[in-house]
Amino acid sequence: MATHTASLSQPQYSTGGLSAWLTTVDHKMIGILYLLGAGFFLLVGGLEALLIRTQLIRPENTFLVGETYNQVLTMHGTTMVFLVIMPMLAGMGNYIVPLMLGARDMAFPRLNAFGVWMFLLGGIFLNLSFILGGAPAAGWFSYTPLSNTPFSPGTGIDFWIFGINMFGISSISASVNFVVTILNMRAPGLTLNRLPIFVWTTLTTAFLLLFALPSIAIATILLYLDRNLGMNFYRASGGGDPLIWQHLFWFFGHPEVYVMILPAMGIVSEILPVFSRKPLFGYTAVAYSSVAIGFLGFTVWAHHMFAVGLPPLINAAFAFSSMLIAIPTAIKIFNWTATLWGGNIQLRPPLLYAVGFIALFIIGGLTGIYLAVVPIDYQITDTYFVVGHLHYVLFGGSLIAIFGGIHYWFPKMTGRMMDERLGHWQFWLLFLGALLAFIPMLIVGVEGMPRRVYTYGAGLGWDIYNLLSTLGAYMIAVSVLVFLYNFFFSLFRGKPAGDDPWDGHTLEWATTSPPAVYNFEVVPVVKSRRPVWDMKYSSDHHPRRLDGVQPEAAHNLQDVHIHLPPPSWWPLVLSVGIMIMAFGFVFNWIIILVGLVVFLWGVSGWIQQDVNAPQAPAGHGG
Amino acid sequence: MLSKKLRYLRYGLGMIFASLLLAGCSSERPSILLPVSPKANAEANLFLIIFWISVAVFVIVEAALFYSVIRFRGKNAEDVPPQIHGSVPLEIAWTTAPALVLVVVFVLTWQTLQATAAPPLDSMPVLVTGNQFWWKFDYLDQQVSTANELHLPVGRPVRLLLETKDVIHSFWVPQLGGKMDLIAGHQNVLWLQADKAGEYHGQCAELCGASHANMRTKVIAESQVNFDAWIQSQKTPSTTPTNPALVKGRDLFLGNACIGCHMIRGTTAAGAVGPDLTHVASRSTIAAGLLENTSANMARWIDNPPAIKPGVLMPKLNLSQDDITSIVAYLQSLK
Repeated sequence: MATHTASLSQPQYSTGGLSAWLTTVDHKMIGILYLLGAGFFLLVGGLEALLIRTQLIRPENTFLVGETYNQVLTMHGTTMVFLVIMPMLAGMGNYIVPLMLGARDMAFPRLNAFGVWMFLLGGIFLNLSFILGGAPAAGWFSYTPLSNTPFSPGTGIDFWIFGINMFGISSISASVNFVVTILNMRAPGLTLNRLPIFVWTTLTTAFLLLFALPSIAIATILLYLDRNLGMNFYRASGGGDPLIWQHLFWFFGHPEVYVMILPAMGIVSEILPVFSRKPLFGYTAVAYSSVAIGFLGFTVWAHHMFAVGLPPLINAAFAFSSMLIAIPTAIKIFNWTATLWGGNIQLRPPLLYAVGFIALFIIGGLTGIYLAVVPIDYQITDTYFVVGHLHYVLFGGSLIAIFGGIHYWFPKMTGRMMDERLGHWQFWLLFLGALLAFIPMLIVGVEGMPRRVYTYGAGLGWDIYNLLSTLGAYMIAVSVLVFLYNFFFSLFRGKPAGDDPWDGHTLEWATTSPPAVYNFEVVPVVKSRRPVWDMKYSSDHHPRRLDGVQPEAAHNLQDVHIHLPPPSWWPLVLSVGIMIMAFGFVFNWIIILVGLVVFLWGVSGWIQQDVNAPQAPAGHGG
Repeated sequence: MLSKKLRYLRYGLGMIFASLLLAGCSSERPSILLPVSPKANAEANLFLIIFWISVAVFVIVEAALFYSVIRFRGKNAEDVPPQIHGSVPLEIAWTTAPALVLVVVFVLTWQTLQATAAPPLDSMPVLVTGNQFWWKFDYLDQQVSTANELHLPVGRPVRLLLETKDVIHSFWVPQLGGKMDLIAGHQNVLWLQADKAGEYHGQCAELCGASHANMRTKVIAESQVNFDAWIQSQKTPSTTPTNPALVKGRDLFLGNACIGCHMIRGTTAAGAVGPDLTHVASRSTIAAGLLENTSANMARWIDNPPAIKPGVLMPKLNLSQDDITSIVAYLQSLK
């Protein structure tokens, strides 16, 4: 906003060049690394989806069959969950949450860098399985005994186990960082009750991950021991029980769904008020319903297991808790609609995606009720109905919200606007594509088509639905191409954005686009839920625009010493060490020692690095 | 009264789905909306109730959403509308409303669950064993074993005892009701009852390996008289061939690796890994419902099983075409 003040210490490191990216500890560069990495894997996972849909375009097709199909199927699910939606949301959180808090960075900058490297290297590691002996083929849920030896003999499942754990380490690192940052590094006046909803949902998500990830870590390590050391945790013949896997997996797997949808709801809750030019309707209800979903999310896992033969009473209990989640979800949808009601609605791309999110997520939510109703679930679980349902939650929901978030924050991240006409084209292709691709899946599931089948018989009445679904998938692919063109065109040729192109409400719009490395020259004082709106408008019922109001500073400018941590190679070294160890666990235990040496070298360098010199002026505690 | 109305409503919904079948009428739709058993009927009725509730909610919520966007679309981006922060009465109202709907849904769930959970006591037990990638059916009372095609007497409750030889499978014939998993170390029970004679498509519903898609089954519901006749014919050992061509086929079968896995009662073939072939010619399909049971298909199958069914345990034996023709002729004589 203002010109740079002389007393501000400038960053000591360059902002360009490969080594700057490899050693960065800046939350904004890390956020961009997350987003670009997840964008790349979106193309990989999307290509896998197109291969699947091409095989299913007609009955008895032979384009992609048997084990190869199952590999692509498994990698599509795993990629979209762990390498696209989660890191997209983590990337946006990384970039935006500290800005929304009025903070200069995340609480633990090097841990933050470690998180992004674990994600990127984990993604590369897992995808290398395609050329190193075959990808995993037991589905993203890897049920035992299919994922166990002797039914999955190769190295694919071991790649999957260590890939999942690398993503887990990444997510735990990021979650610890989000919790500490959000609870400790808020600007003066930014009480929990004034936190932007995106921050609320990111906080809830971080807690969900911290409690859910240990379950999948344990489950996968036990599976590794079964597979490679002849143990019998999951083998009925050796006294184990394959159902233990399902409980441990879904104790993680269902909270994981909320991990993927809550921050997306947060994005929508940010976009709707800005483009309605009103505050969010029912802030408290929206914030607390997110937290409620977080808690309830841990009580519903067995609704994935209604058909495994649990007693009817247990099934009914899990049906009840699953239905309860519909209430906070409905509360959000009603409040979002009420936010639009009576607004001055600006139908620009971010709002289109936010409204599209609500429209499609409603389908995801309502179809979810069928799956909570046990007798109906007996019929439609493991059918294409579930595939349709989950894509309305994760594609029509999470991914469309992510595209909305990208259109919304692209100007802040790059200083340029995305092209709005292309944004409209992309939206309509995406929206109609999602209807065409996934509605037929709901129908064909009811018509009796199981999921995860590479082929189906002619004459069962399923042909037309599969054809339509495949055409929808191609339409979505065109939409993504439009997005890519828009993204790169706007990156270089987009109109300059200015600091606050949307007349925003939250603190990220109070700094430059893109923000300087220290984010804010002065830490702003927050007096309401819409600090940047307060700077621009009078506070009565019919506000007027004010002119020339500057944010109130928390400190006297003369006293400002900005402490910025120095760049560091150690997070990357540590991550590479873990990746080498992961290869060792898959191929040869000698390699683990090599990885361990690199890892310990990284740890030793990390703890000995002097992070307080030379950037911080003497006497500043940091 | 209610159930009659429901039947009409379901018929209506079925017609909507059917009209979407642009490719024309298909008589073999394994749709959950075409139930032929008491349980599938109860499940379809419940589906229907939830369907109309969700359609009502969908229409109301989407209409409110799109109406808000269109009605309040602003021209002047500078205008500032009244700044409304919320409303406690509204929050209470739209928290209570979905809660009430869900209470209704839960009560219906509970009622249907209770009504369909337990198999009637006089049900006929059949042991179902899942295998990669086929089904073994043992009629425990009748001492009959067969594969992939489950014959049932119309109107009689049947108790399926579900077990697996290997990975998890899930037995599902949509028109007869919901599915149940086959899990090692657990014996699950699924009861069915077909109220109408006919053939019903089913297939494995849990990813079980490379040929999960090819693990199909067929329920053949027939009158008690026909069922009893079928049981009687299955009980007899295989016919001993006299025709020299069939004798040659039998000797080839018994002299090759076939007997390691397959059983033909009345011969020395006593394998227990693959389907019992004593009456293989009486089945309408082979390879777990994948191929119609014709001599040509059987020859194609024996020639190269993995080409038809990826991951199948039965290997390509490199038999000559002549030998295959003889074996097929013999197997097709095993009515």
